[in-house]
Amino acid sequence: MDAAAPAASPAAPGRPRITGIGDWSDRRAELVLGALACLLLLLIGLMLATVFAKGWPSFRENGLAWFGSGGDVDQQLLDIFNSPANPDAYVYHLRAWPLIYGTALTTFGAVAVGLTFALFAAIFIVEFAPDRLRRVLEPVVRLLAAVPSVIYGLIGILVLAPFVDGLVSTERKESVAFVVQLSGANISVATLILTVMITPIMIAIIVDALRAVPRAWTEGAAALGVNRWRVMWTISVRAARPAIVAAVVLATARALGEAIMLSMVSGSRGFAPNPLDGLTFFFEPVRPLAATIVDNAEGLQVAPFGQTIYAFACVLLVSSIFLSVGGWLAKQPLRRYGIRP
Amino acid sequence: MSIRATEARGSSEAWPLADRIGLRLAWAAGILLCAVVAAIVLYVLVRGLAELRPSLLFERPLDTPDQSHGGGFLDPLAGTVLVTMIGTVIAVPLGVAAAVWVTEYGRPPGLARAVESAIEVIAGTPSIVLALFGLFFFSQGIFGFLSFTSEGGGVFGRSFLIAGAMLSLIALPLVFGATREALNAVPAHVREASYALGKTRAATIRRILLPASRPGIATGTALGMGRIAGDTAIIVILLGLLRFDGAGAGVPVLDTLRGTGSTLTSYTYANSPAGEGGAEAKAWAAAFVLLVLVVALNWLVDWIGRRWKAPAWTR
Repeated sequence: MDAAAPAASPAAPGRPRITGIGDWSDRRAELVLGALACLLLLLIGLMLATVFAKGWPSFRENGLAWFGSGGDVDQQLLDIFNSPANPDAYVYHLRAWPLIYGTALTTFGAVAVGLTFALFAAIFIVEFAPDRLRRVLEPVVRLLAAVPSVIYGLIGILVLAPFVDGLVSTERKESVAFVVQLSGANISVATLILTVMITPIMIAIIVDALRAVPRAWTEGAAALGVNRWRVMWTISVRAARPAIVAAVVLATARALGEAIMLSMVSGSRGFAPNPLDGLTFFFEPVRPLAATIVDNAEGLQVAPFGQTIYAFACVLLVSSIFLSVGGWLAKQPLRRYGIRP
Repeated sequence: MSIRATEARGSSEAWPLADRIGLRLAWAAGILLCAVVAAIVLYVLVRGLAELRPSLLFERPLDTPDQSHGGGFLDPLAGTVLVTMIGTVIAVPLGVAAAVWVTEYGRPPGLARAVESAIEVIAGTPSIVLALFGLFFFSQGIFGFLSFTSEGGGVFGRSFLIAGAMLSLIALPLVFGATREALNAVPAHVREASYALGKTRAATIRRILLPASRPGIATGTALGMGRIAGDTAIIVILLGLLRFDGAGAGVPVLDTLRGTGSTLTSYTYANSPAGEGGAEAKAWAAAFVLLVLVVALNWLVDWIGRRWKAPAWTR
């Protein structure tokens, strides 16, 4: 849009016409701004279409069995990578269950532990922390929420993983050596680091929400003789439910999409840990979908392999969209009572 | 906290058991939080300060994947600054424009709602998916001017410009959200006063609403810059791990922008045991510098919030 052109401003007769961006006509401003906004809409549509179209061949060849289990997923990925150059002979066989299961385990584990912890920590910060501690804690929590994930990954791989490796006895390693290699990088380290990564976001959002609860409500409860804990638990936390849902949605989205950090500390092995293995379960490696994409990014040029990678991206994208929709739906009934997240 | 004053100190002994357990849990969570925070921050600070040498900041990385024999992180440091600038320059006008349009015009309402949802979808999309999309999108022939083009006409699809463009999508929802909040916070009577004086809607936005929401926009921008500087997945896929590698067209600035490079995040990744760099000490040092950058941006957000109040007439 040419800003220097005479603006079609409804200038009164006789008034000197002022040109420049400050005097755009309403019509033109609306069009330009609306066009920019719709550009974003277009971009999202394009992204959805691209990722689906690129990933489709992998789904088409495998059918619903794509999501099932069977065989070693890493071997299948290798076969796809080494498939012949002839398009008719492309290998697509894939059973992605271990990767999906790994994503679900780490994400839900981290969100479940993180939410419990974040709720209590937020109550502590809002209501029980000494003033001096609160003044330090709050900015630090916001800082932790902004720490790049690669730093958490570095701590995990250089500090936590060697420590956990020492905890796994040699007998335990040998007992499962014919199935899977146990090491310090495993599901519990991945879940722990992921928890540490997503909890500060949840704490920050829940603290803000607990603060935003109308004073009259909490004071009214206190005046009725309710103790401080019960005021927080029955009044503030309930009133803050939409924000808690929002916090969970945001944290889940981050956990789901975390790639680099998880590829560093999860063991990077397409293996489905079995809870029936007892204690060994906690030391088994996994590799979530996002980490799989990063680990295999070099192979994107190989057509069937690239399509498989885009299929992983497709699953992640659909999950994150469902997550936003779910969060929005969860907030709807509460909106009726005039509670704003 | 006014509830606090209504109760005598130490009276929790008389509470029901469940409440006392809850109280203890809250304290335990608070103390654990302090411990974890202190452990993480102190550990990175101590390790980083121990490994950081001034020379690291001024030397370029070695030309090999193995970084254990020398070299610093001048390139990654410059890359972080460059990528953050490109991303911000794209994200801020787009985010502000979208927010202004949604709050001030928003016609037709369905379209405005769709734009809001689209931005929510961007906010929830994993950055690795954005990276894959960017790689495909910008490898198309018409975007050849943004990156390398090989002999056969294949477009490389990896460069500073492309990485910056995709990273701007990470900052965009933050800028959009902050701007929308700030615009919504301007009372209706301010707008009405402006219209009553004969200002058009566009002039009101330009002269009244944008100045009034400047602190909000600035906060969103600083938050977005922090997210851009800290992202790793997009950088690893769309930019690279170590040295700047110009596009070779002979134009100094454009060459760098069209070429590949690295940032502190991808440098840290490359030098961790997960990468091929094999220089853990440098990974700690780079992580420390990165943390300092993020702390500075965080502090900037706080500072804007405290010092940069909206004009008095908006209240």
